[in-house]
Amino acid sequence: MSDITKQSLSELVENIKSKKLSSSEVTKAFVERSEKSKELNAYITEDYANALNKAKKFDEKPNLDLKLPGIPMAVKDLFCTRDLRTTAGSKILNNFVPTYESTVTQNIWNEGAILMGKLNCDEFAMGSSNETSFFGNVQNPIDKNLVPGGSSGGSSSAVAAQLTPITIGTDTGGSIRQPASFTGTVGLKPTYGSCSRYGIVAFASSLDQAGPMAQNVKDCALLQEVISTYDEKDSTSIDFKRNEYSKELTKDIKGKKIGIPKEYRVDGMPKEIEDLWKKGIEYAKDCGAEIIDISLPHTNYALPTYYIVAPAEASSNLARYDGVKYGFRAEGENLIDMYEKTRSEGFGAEVQRRIMIGTYVLSSGYYDAYYLKAQKVRKLIKNDFDDAYKKVDAILTPSTPSSAFKIGEKTNDPVSMYLNDIFTVPVNLAGLPGISIPAGHDAKGYPLGLQIIGKAFDEQNILNIAYAMEEKINFKNNITDWWIK
Amino acid sequence: MSKNKSEYLINRNDNQYEVVIGLEVHAQVTSESKLFSTSATKFGAEPNTQVSLVDAAFPGMLPVINEYCVKQAIKTGIGLKAKINKRSVFDRKNYFYADLPQGYQISQFKDPIVGEGKVILDMPDGQKEIGIERLHLEQDAGKSIHDLDPKNTFVDLNRSGVALMEIVSKPDLRSPDEVNAYIKKLRSIMRYLGTCDGNMQEGSLRADVNVSVRKKGSKEFGTRCEIKNVNSIKFMQMAIEYEANRQVDLIEDGQTIDQETRLFDTKKNETRSMRSKEDAHDYRYFPDPDLLPLEVSDDFIENLKSEIPELPDEKKKRFIEKFKLSPYEANILVSDIETSNYFENVIKKSDVKLATNWIIGELFAALNEKNLEITESPISPGNLSKLINLIKDGTISGKIAKTVFEQMMEGDKDPQKIVEEKELKQESDPKALEALIDKVIDDNRDKATEYKSGKVKLFGFFVGQVMKVSGGKANPQLVNEILKKKL
Repeated sequence: MSDITKQSLSELVENIKSKKLSSSEVTKAFVERSEKSKELNAYITEDYANALNKAKKFDEKPNLDLKLPGIPMAVKDLFCTRDLRTTAGSKILNNFVPTYESTVTQNIWNEGAILMGKLNCDEFAMGSSNETSFFGNVQNPIDKNLVPGGSSGGSSSAVAAQLTPITIGTDTGGSIRQPASFTGTVGLKPTYGSCSRYGIVAFASSLDQAGPMAQNVKDCALLQEVISTYDEKDSTSIDFKRNEYSKELTKDIKGKKIGIPKEYRVDGMPKEIEDLWKKGIEYAKDCGAEIIDISLPHTNYALPTYYIVAPAEASSNLARYDGVKYGFRAEGENLIDMYEKTRSEGFGAEVQRRIMIGTYVLSSGYYDAYYLKAQKVRKLIKNDFDDAYKKVDAILTPSTPSSAFKIGEKTNDPVSMYLNDIFTVPVNLAGLPGISIPAGHDAKGYPLGLQIIGKAFDEQNILNIAYAMEEKINFKNNITDWWIK
Repeated sequence: MSKNKSEYLINRNDNQYEVVIGLEVHAQVTSESKLFSTSATKFGAEPNTQVSLVDAAFPGMLPVINEYCVKQAIKTGIGLKAKINKRSVFDRKNYFYADLPQGYQISQFKDPIVGEGKVILDMPDGQKEIGIERLHLEQDAGKSIHDLDPKNTFVDLNRSGVALMEIVSKPDLRSPDEVNAYIKKLRSIMRYLGTCDGNMQEGSLRADVNVSVRKKGSKEFGTRCEIKNVNSIKFMQMAIEYEANRQVDLIEDGQTIDQETRLFDTKKNETRSMRSKEDAHDYRYFPDPDLLPLEVSDDFIENLKSEIPELPDEKKKRFIEKFKLSPYEANILVSDIETSNYFENVIKKSDVKLATNWIIGELFAALNEKNLEITESPISPGNLSKLINLIKDGTISGKIAKTVFEQMMEGDKDPQKIVEEKELKQESDPKALEALIDKVIDDNRDKATEYKSGKVKLFGFFVGQVMKVSGGKANPQLVNEILKKKL
C-alpha cells in the first residue's frame, strides 16, 4: 500500500488487525514522511530508530486485541516520556529526560501504540501560534508562513500533514481546539478530570486537560477512549463511568437540543465566521437537532478571568524551574543571582510576561481585586453553562474568531493574540468538554472550525453531534505537500 | 506586691512589665510516609535517599494527600479539645529557596483542619488554660547544608514533604516557666495520642516564639517580635528572657519596637534581627489547584474519637479520685505516657501507695543516676510489683527492699529469687526473735538496767542492736513488741 499515511487511524487499526499491514510498514511510512517534512518543524525530538525497533518487536508477537495495535504516534512535548527528552518547548528543560511516563501516554502505549517523537508546542503551552517555542515556530501545512495555532501547534501540523496518524495535545484555554480549527483537523478538550494530569508539564493546574487531535471524529473518539482513565496519582482526576466512545459513537442525534449563545456574536467578528456559524446551525438542523437560542451572560468576562487565573497558577507552577535540581542552570554569584540568570535566560518572553502577571495578581493588596474576583467570575461563568444545560444538550459556537494568521503577524500584540481564545476559554473555566471540527473555509481557502460544547462528562454526546455534522459538512482539507521537495 | 508568687514581671525604674508570649509549634506528624508522597520519613537516613519525584518537584508530578496524616492531625485536634473543621483547604505559600523544590510550600492558610482549642497547664499556684488558635497541616522543606564545602551549599531533600502540624497558641503565655509547661504538656498530649514523638533533638518539635511586652495592667498588646525556629525549651526560655528585656530597654529608652522576625543566637544568648516587616516575604498564598478541598465526614471524625486514649488530664483526675494520689503525685505519673503506662502496670498486682512512692522515689532517682528513660528501666513493672508485694506481706523490710532494689537495677532480676539466694527474708518468727533479743539484752546488761531505771531513750539503741545482729532482717514491728515485753 503506497498511501499508508493518507489512511485514518481507524483504517490503519483495521488494516493491522486484519494483517493487511504490519506495524513496521505503517511506522516506516510515517517515519519517512516525517523525515521529509522537517521544514514544518513539527518535531522537537525524533525517536524514529526506537520506533522502528518497537514496531519490529510488535510484529514478531503482535497483540491484535489492543485498541492501537502497533500504531506509531508522535505526542506533544508537554507529556513526560520515560527516557525521551521532554522540553515543554522551553530552553529551561532543553536537557531534561524524565525517568517516568505520564499516565495519558502510558495508557496509549498500553494499547499497543509506539512513540515516534515529541511534537513542538508553545513554551509551557503559553501561546496561540506556536511562536513562543524555544525550538522555533511551526509551519501550518495548509499554507507556508501560516501559524498552525497553539499551543499544540506541532501536534495540529503533524496530524494535518499526516506525519502521525493521530496525536494528543493539551488544552488550557483552547490549545487543542484552536490549532485543530487552524489546520482543518478535529480536536477534543475533555471534561476537566477526565484525563489524568500526572506527568504532564503543568501550565495552569485547574484548567489543563489532555485530549486527542485527529483527522476525523471517529479517530478522536477512539483515542479519547484510550486516554481517559481515573488516576489516583492526580487528586483532581474524577472517577466517573467512562464510555467506550468509539463503539458507542452514533450519527443519530435526532431531537438533540443545541443551544446558540447570543453573546458569542462578538464585535468585529469577520462575516465569514458569522456565515460559518449559520451554516453550522443548518447542518445541525439537517441532522435532526433542535436549535435553541440561549444566553451565557458572563461570556465577556471569560477572557480577562482566564488571563488572571491561568497566569496566577502558572507563576507558582513554574517556580520549580529554578536551576537547582534539573534542567538549565546559568551560573551566578550566589543563589539569588543564579535564580535570576537561570530564569531570565531559561524562559522566553511570553512565559516571563505570564509569570509577572500571575505574580502580580496574587500579591498581597491585589489578591482580592484580581485573583479572588476572577474566581468569583469563574463561578458565574460556570453557572451560566449550568443554566443553559437545563434547556439544551450541547452548545454550538465558532471555534475561533478568525482563520489561521500569518507567522509574526501578532507576535508584538499579545492582546490580539489572547483574543484568539475568546470562544474556547469559557469552556476551560467551566471545566466542560468541547470539540472543534473543521466546517468550511474562509475566502483565502483557510480552514475554519466549529466548536460543540457539552455537559460535564458528556463527551459521548458531543462526539455524536460532531460525528453526525462531520458527515453533512463533508470537509476536505487542501494540503498540497508544498514542503516536500 | 504581687498576689501571684509565680508572676513573671520585668522591673525597670519604677515600671513593671508583663511579657506576652504566643507560640507557633511545628510538630512533625508521626507517619511512615510523607504528607503528599509515599517516601519514607525515617530520621537519620543517608541524604537524599528518601526522596520521590513528587518531593523533588519534577515536572508534571502531583501531590496526593496521605490520609493517615489527616487522621493524625484530627486526633491531635481532638486531644486539644479543639473544633475539627470538616472542610479545610490546602494553599500554596510561594517563595524561592534551594531546599524548597516546588518553589512553594503546601500549607493551610485560610481554612485550617483544626480550629480553636485549649491546653491546661499545671502551674505551682494552680491551673492555667492556654488557648489554641488553630492547627494546620503543612509540608516541611528540605535541609540546606552550608558547612560541607567552602563554596557550595548542599541540599538534602529527605525532609522535603514530611508532614508537620503547626499548632498556633493564643497570646496567653506570660512567662518562660509557662512556656516550659506548655511545650511539655503539648508534647505529652501528642505522645499519648501517638501523633508526634516530640523529639526535639531530631527536630520533631520546634517553635516560632512571638514575644511582646506591656506595662503591667495594660490591656493593649505591645508590638511583637517573632523569634524563628527555636528547637529546645531551654533556648525558648533564654530567647524570651533576652527578647523581653531588650524590648523593655527600648521602651524605657523612649524608643519604639519594630515588628520584625528575629533569630536566636544560642552561642551569644541574644536575638538578632532577621528581617523587618517591610522586608517580609509576600507569600502569595492561594488555594493549591492540584488538590481539592479536604472534606471529612462526621463519621470519620467520630471513628477517630473512638481511637483516642485516655489523655493526661483525664488520667490525672482518675488517679486522684480512684487511687487517692495527691495532685503532685498524679501530675508526675501522668506527665508522659511511658511513665503512666509503667505505673499502671505495676499497680495491676500491687499496692498503689507503695507503688507511687517507689516509682516517684527510688525508681526515678535510680534511672536519673543512670541517665535512663523509663522505657529503658532495668526493672520491669512486673518485678517492681513483686518487690512491693514482698514488702507489703512482710517478707522483707523496707530497708532490705532497698538492697534488693539496687540488685534489681543491675538487671531485671526477680526480687523473690534475690531474697532467697541472699537469704534476705525478714525474720518474723517470734521464737527466733526472742532468742536474738535475749542475747542482745544479755550482752548489754548495764544499758538494760539504765533503761529500767527510766532512761527510755535507750529503747532505740536496743532496736538498733537487734537489727544489726539480725543483719537487718528482723521484722521491726515484732522486734518492738518483744523488746517492750522483755525490757
